[in-house]
Parts: sequence; structure tokens; C-alpha cells
Amino acid sequence: MESSTTKMPGSAASVRNACKLCSPLGASLVFKGIHGCIPMIHGSQGCATYIRRYIISHFKEPVDIASTNFSEETTIFGGHKNFNLGLDNIIRQYRPEVIGISSACLSETIGEDVNRLIKEYRQMNWGSELLPELVYASTPGYQGTHIDGFHETVSATISTLAVKDAKVGEHINIFSGFVSPQDIRHLKEIISSFGLDYVLFPDYSDSLDNPNWEKYHLIPPGGTLVSDIKRTGAARGSIEFGYILNEGAMNTRVNKAKQVLTAGEWLEVNRNIPYHRIGMPIGIKETDKFFELLEWFSNKPTSQKLKDERGRLIDSYVDGHKYTFGKRAIIYGEEDLVIGMVLLLLEIGIEPVLIASGGTGGRLKQMIDELTEGKTKDVKIMNNMDFESMNEMADELKPDIIIGHSKGYYIARRLNIPLVRIGFPVHDRFGAQRLQHLGYQGTMQLFDRIVNALIEYKQENSPIGYKYI
Amino acid sequence: MIHTEIDTQRWKEEVLKKYPKKLAKKREKSIVVNDSDVIHPIQANVRTAPGIITQRGCTYAGCKGVILGPTRDIINLVHGPIGCSFYAWLTRRNQTLPPTPESENFMNYCFSTDMQDSNIVFGGELKLKQAVREVFEIFKPKSIGIFSTCPVGLIGDDVHAVAREMKAELGINIFGFSCEGYKGVSQSAGHHIANNGLMKHVIGLGNTIPEGKYKVNMLGDYNIGGDGFELERIFEKCGLTLVSSFSGNSTMEKFEAAHHADLNVVVCHRSINYVAEMMEKKFGLPWFKVNFTGAEATAKSFRKIAEYFGDQELIDRVEAVIAEEMALVNAELEKVYDQTKGKVAMLFVGGSRAHHFQELFTELGMSTLSAGYEFGHRDDYEGRSVIPTIKVDADSRNIEELDIEQDETRYNPRKTEEEKAALAEKGIEFNSYDGMMKDMLKGALIIDDLSHYEMEKLIELYHPDVFCAGIKEKFCVQKMGIPLKQLHSYDYGGPYSGFEGAINFYKDIAMIVNTTIWKKIKAPWEREVTIEAEYAA
Ligand code: SF4
Ligand code: SF4
Repeated sequence: MESSTTKMPGSAASVRNACKLCSPLGASLVFKGIHGCIPMIHGSQGCATYIRRYIISHFKEPVDIASTNFSEETTIFGGHKNFNLGLDNIIRQYRPEVIGISSACLSETIGEDVNRLIKEYRQMNWGSELLPELVYASTPGYQGTHIDGFHETVSATISTLAVKDAKVGEHINIFSGFVSPQDIRHLKEIISSFGLDYVLFPDYSDSLDNPNWEKYHLIPPGGTLVSDIKRTGAARGSIEFGYILNEGAMNTRVNKAKQVLTAGEWLEVNRNIPYHRIGMPIGIKETDKFFELLEWFSNKPTSQKLKDERGRLIDSYVDGHKYTFGKRAIIYGEEDLVIGMVLLLLEIGIEPVLIASGGTGGRLKQMIDELTEGKTKDVKIMNNMDFESMNEMADELKPDIIIGHSKGYYIARRLNIPLVRIGFPVHDRFGAQRLQHLGYQGTMQLFDRIVNALIEYKQENSPIGYKYI
Repeated sequence: MIHTEIDTQRWKEEVLKKYPKKLAKKREKSIVVNDSDVIHPIQANVRTAPGIITQRGCTYAGCKGVILGPTRDIINLVHGPIGCSFYAWLTRRNQTLPPTPESENFMNYCFSTDMQDSNIVFGGELKLKQAVREVFEIFKPKSIGIFSTCPVGLIGDDVHAVAREMKAELGINIFGFSCEGYKGVSQSAGHHIANNGLMKHVIGLGNTIPEGKYKVNMLGDYNIGGDGFELERIFEKCGLTLVSSFSGNSTMEKFEAAHHADLNVVVCHRSINYVAEMMEKKFGLPWFKVNFTGAEATAKSFRKIAEYFGDQELIDRVEAVIAEEMALVNAELEKVYDQTKGKVAMLFVGGSRAHHFQELFTELGMSTLSAGYEFGHRDDYEGRSVIPTIKVDADSRNIEELDIEQDETRYNPRKTEEEKAALAEKGIEFNSYDGMMKDMLKGALIIDDLSHYEMEKLIELYHPDVFCAGIKEKFCVQKMGIPLKQLHSYDYGGPYSGFEGAINFYKDIAMIVNTTIWKKIKAPWEREVTIEAEYAA
């Protein structure tokens, strides 16, 4: 049964086919980007299991996430016993450098004070050489979405570990957000090519996409080194990708007083580090902004190799324009990824007809209209969307293509139009960890995939079966 | 004793040494060196210690995902924050076949009340009611199930009261489950809660008596990878009528009519023995255990069913089916046997598969060196005879035991005690399951709720030819150079039940255990000798 004839009456109380995941998932991803870190979710066992399962099915890598495994009793008397035991057990088994703790719905509902638990645990184990760094991010699943959990955790890690009062170094900080391991690898190449010393966080480019090993590693290699995270506090500047970042969590909180700064903002306020916020470098315009910043920081021009990448990208825009021009697209996903994609689509002549996010920031429309200087004024741009709502709107919009993650497949299937898979989760195609979105190179990959999806569609639906398109 | 250089006792000590004392003491009881003559008690179905990375999921997962997930015409509405619902959205590979493309099928959907901060603070009942009304208005389902996740119980939302109120208002069957994730030790608690719910709200509602001479319910097949379709094929070929399947390829209507069958056969004992027991008490339907994993086991199980009905015509027909099917099975087995015999398997999965799939490995001439369940109980290891001796802890007490009485009008014992005794003579044991241990080799290592850490140690030292578990373990094991066969989802393969399933499995395993990819880890120009993993001193 794949009908879309039904309409949602009034304001929706039910979410039908959600376009968002919950915040501890985002937290776990960030913790995977710290070298020697084991993530632990303070709450019920099931959340950790589901979240592991989900991350694994996308990255196809080992992902160990511990839980403090609340029982009925714990919900009544509090989680301190489980918390201490959990840490003890992880430390004995894994000897981690860091334990990344996130809360979940249950621990938040009972109002657990995790910062106090950490303090007590540290006191109890003071002097123990096994005592790892303990980082805590508050991530109730009912505030915002996975992306808010992600940014909250980036920020929490930085504010816990960043050095204070250190001499300003030569390095810069890059907070690249929720991007693919391949994206991270490429970013590192780009920044290195400017001869810049940098700290990129979180760096799960290895830990979530490792080579096969000869020897087994209890904790997969990779991740930003703790020493590097510490020196973010002494950087000469920070670059953070994303216009919306953690606004979703802040927007949905009952207690609005609890405002959280992003990592870049926090370092600016507390360590006086100049902060540059740009969008995800997708498409030429947004990527140019990134390169301009790098040129400024390094005082060096972009290398010929990267200039050529840009040149080739423009060249392919010209060549591929005939396939993309005037096509209509539905785009969905996390707000900042979607913003990047929309800017790319406008560059290549594709008309977005529905821009949707399950994100709860509430400023998607405003932000996109601003960035496109009003070009998207009449486009449906919506926060808080679920897939059934998109499905119901889809027929009228007459899209030619859908761009987003795997969960929207059923709409593409019903409409018999191509779905170009980007972002997370992608569990119905192989190689999700190697999907590239960022930089001229990543944009080129996206562009090729979009063009080829359109060509393939045309080819398969043509009565003649052109081999030459 | 199995032939292996690994000293199991020593392995156990090595592993336990790493744990803090208290934890070592706890885990010790869950690791047993098997002795099939004298069954040793094993600790099972106790809470995983905090900080241990477990295979287990939560109570909600067992209730919503496993038992009611495969039913296509009920709307499963998850009351809670978004994650729990999203993560359970179409992640199991249970298949369903609606009679027409227009027929109801809500399995592709994921419904949630998506609780927000304000609902946690001010309560979520109103939102739940509104959500029920909405999904009713849009989809017009005949039934709606409401599933509570962790925060619901804590903030005091009464899903049962909401369900009753909505049922009266909308006039369809609506019922709730208090299956908050933390309630039990694992999925298993959720199975029990779901079993209770089916009994309370569904089974027995149907008045139309299904046609058929030999009417059977199949309990505990979830149609993963099409297992149920293969079994339906065999049932039909044998002339048996499947009144309902709990719950692969199922509908509410079939559940409602289940009490009209004359026999319950139990496939997965762990997840659904409660329904079997309760139906016997209430309606007089006897149950026995079957196993449709493995060609021999399948043949044996169908013989048992034929014997139960005792009709010569049926017995002959079943024999003819077995003869025809086994010819194909044996032809395939012959092709692969030389490639698989003597190889070693390990299975850590579920609450019955770690036992059942050993049949297939035995047919392939492979031995199972180590096995254990993710959410089994002691009876699944040691046999049902231990049930009276199982200690009831706080977690188990948390799960309601329904008080079932004989149905005044509809109770009808299908067999008299004498008939049952006579059948027992022929090897048909009712209400019985002997568990995994009895079928396993002496010296095999049996581990309940294998931790991630223990798994790594197992692989490091045993180097099995194939390790069977789920997706959470897959990439970790494969990083260690051992192929992992997913026995929850079958990795895209299957069916593995019945006769065709056996053939599929033979082929897949023959391929897996002979893979050479790991020999390529070292590039040809890297010359040092590979160092075998050594026993940690
Ligand atoms: S443990 Fe609770 S919160 Fe976590 S997935 Fe299960 S029901 Fe949801
Ligand atoms: S939404 Fe909350 S309860 Fe559900 S999985 Fe996420 S953290 Fe756990």
C-alpha cells in the first residue's frame, strides 16, 4: 500500500515516518571522533543498542557504545550506582583515554545531575592512572534532533578540554559538523595544502572508516587527539560550518534560559578566539568562502591543484547544464546540509520545489531566503517535516528528482523518480562512508551523481533506449 | 570432548581476570563449559552490567519490533520521543504479502507521538489521544497498538486508559503496552508483554471458523528473509492449514481466529511460549516444540505434526513431501559437503536461533564450538524442566503474569490425557523443550549475553571459520579476519527455514567459509611472516 491520497488534518500530533533521529546518536558520533574514546549513554540499554545498530548500518564499521543500563529501581533511586559501575567496567576492559558520556531521555526525565556524578567519580578515583578524561554532553532525545546532539557534544567536549590561558598558537580550529569520513579526509587534505596547522574536530574519518586490520584493536584507531582538542583553546581562529547548527535544541526547550553556545561561539566568548561561521562548503559559492578564509589564515594562495578542481567543476557545470536545467527537486535532511544542497542546486539550474528538514530550528526558510537573496521566496521550505507530509505534497509538486538520505526512498519509488542519496542514514546503498559532499571535489561528486541519475532515468524510461545521451 | 587446542577453562579465566572482581563473579556464572550428560546450570536473563557492551536491546524492541512488527494491518503507534520509533522502522527483514496491492500494509510506516520537552514536563496523554485520532482518520485501520517507551511510565501517562477511551470513541480495537525499555532485562521482557497483550486483546475475538481438516498455528516464526513463505509452502504441500502465524506474514484477523486451530507448534520457544501456554489453558489447544531450521529437523517436525493428527492419509502425504524435498536437499549437500566439513562455527544470537542453526551446521559436517543467546532464559539452555527452580528477580517480577482461566464456552481439550500419553510414547512430548545444552558437544563453551569484549577474546583465540551474530557484531568480527553471518537479518539472504532454506544456507555457508579475501590483507611486497594471535600471557 503506497498511497498518498490522505491529508493531515490540522496540526499534527503524530509523526508519520520521521525525518530525524534522536540526540544521543549525534553525541555518539562525535565521541567516535575522539582518539581513544568509548561513548557511554547514561540511560536505558536499548537506546545504546539501537543507536549502535543505526550507526553501524551506515558506516559498516565496529561501533562500541556502552550504556549504564537503567532498571526500574534506577529510575526511582537515581543512576549514580550504575554510572560508577559503568565507568569502572569500561575502564577495566578498554583502558580508554576518554569516556564520552551522553544522557538520554530516561536520565534526563528523572533529572539526573551528571556533572555532579562525574565530579564524585573523579574524587573517588583521584590519582588513579587509569582515570580517563570524562566528557559529558546533555542530550535528551526530546529536545531537538540528532544534529543538535551532535553540536551539543562538540561544544561540550571543547568546553571541557580546551586549555585556558595558554599562549596563542599558529593553528586554527575546524568544526566541520556532521559530514562523511571521506569529506573529513578531503578537508584535511585541503587545509594541509595551505600549510596550515589545524585541529579538526570531530575527526571520525578513520574510526568510522578503518582499513582492515592485521591486528585487532579494542578501540578502533583514529579520532582527534585529546592533546589536539586541548589546544583548540589556544588557536588563533576557528571556522565552523553551518548556519543553523544547534538551534533546534534551543528552539524546543521549555526552559529557554538554558542556552548553549556552539564550539566556535564558546571559544570566542571564553577564550577570545576569533570565530568564523560559514555554511557547509557545498557548491562553488560556499566553497569559495571556505577557501577565501584559508587563504586569509595562511596568507597563501590556493594551490594549483585545487584551483584546477574548481576549474573542472565549473567546466562540468557548463557541460552538464543541459541535463539539469529546469529540473524540479525535493530536498530533505539536516538543516545545514539541506542549505548547502539548495545553494548547489540553484547553481546548476535545478529548481527546488520542496525543501524539508525534520530539524526543529525553525529558521530554515528565513536562512535560505537570505542566502539566495529571495530566489526561493515562493518555494516551500519547512522545518519539523516528516516523510508522510512530504509524500502527501509530492504529487502536486511534480518533482523530477529527490535528494536526501535512504528514508525517503519510498516516495521516490512511488513517484518512480530517482533518489540521489546523500548524508545520513544511507543503508540501502553501499559506500555511505565514502560519499563526498564538501569542497570542489565533493561538489563534483554530487553533481556527477545528480546528472547521472537524471540521465539514467531518461534512458530507462525512453521507448528507444538511447545509448548515446 | 571436542578436539581443540584451546583450553576452555583457561579462556574463561583469562577473560574474567580483566573484569573488576564483582563483575567477574557475575560473568563467571554465565559462562559454562558444556557437558551434555550432566546439564550444568547457567545464569541467564539477568541484567547486563553497566558499561558492558551487550548485544541486547530493550523491552520495547521486543514488544513492538519482534512480536507485533510483522503484522501488516495494525498501526503500531509509539508513544515516546522520536528515536525509539525511528530506530525500529523497517529494520527487521520480516516480509509480508498483502493479498492485493491495495490491501492494508502499515509495516512500511513509523508512527510516533514524537514527545517534546513540553510533553515531558506537562504530560503527553493529550498528544497521544490526538495522535490516535489522527492516524485513525487518515488510515482507518481496524486496530491500533500503543507502545510506551522509557519516559512514558515516569511522567505518569496512562496509555491503557487512553487506549480504552479511544477504543470507545473510535469503535475500533485499540490497546496499549507498558513496554518501557528499562522494564526488563532485554527484548525478552517485551516478548512476554506482547504475548500478554495478544491474549488479552486479540486472540479469541474471531468467530468465523477457518476451513481445513488439519488446523495448525505456527508460533514464533517472523518471516525473516521469507522463512515464513517457505514454511507456508510446505504446510500447504502437506495439506495442513495454517490458521495463523505468530507473527510472520500475519494479520490481526488471523490472530483473532487462532483459537479455532487444533494444534500450536512452537518454533521460537523464547519469544512466544507464553501464548502457547495461555492458549492451552484457555482454549485447550495443546502445543509442542518444532524446529524448521535444518532439513532433517524440518522433516522431523512435519512428521510430528502428522503423527499428532494421526491420520494415515496425512502421514503418507507428509512422507511423500519429505522424500521429494530431501532429494533436492541431498543433491545440494553433496555438492558442498567437502568444502564445509570439519569447519568450526560459533553462534551468538537471539533466544532460539543460536540453538536451531546448529542443526544446519551439523548437516554441513561442521561443529559448533561455542554458542549462546542474547536474550534466552535458563530454560532455553537447560530445558523447560528447570523452570520451577528459576529464581524470580525484581526484573522478572516486573512483568505481569496473566491469570488465565478456562474459557467457559470455548474450552475444548483437543486431546485427552490418554491420547497425549500415547503420543508421548511415540516421541511427541507436549509442553516441552529440552534446550540448547543437550544438543551441544561436550566441552563446548556456552556463554549467555556474550559481551563485546568477550566476543573479541573468543575470536582472537579460537579463529572459527564462521561467526554468527548480528549487524552490531558483523564489522567488528570481520575486521578480525573472520566472516560473520548475520542470523537476525540473514544479511540479505534467506529464507533459511524449511527445505529450500536449508539449500540456501548450504550454499551461503560454503561460500563464506572458503573466502580468501583475508589472505590479501598483506600486500605481496610486505614480506614479514604473519604473526598469529598469541595467547595473552
Ligand atoms: S530503552 Fe527505552 S528509550 Fe531506549 S529505545 Fe528502548 S524504549 Fe526507547
Ligand atoms: S528518543 Fe530518547 S528514549 Fe528514544 S532512543 Fe533516543 S534517547 Fe532513547
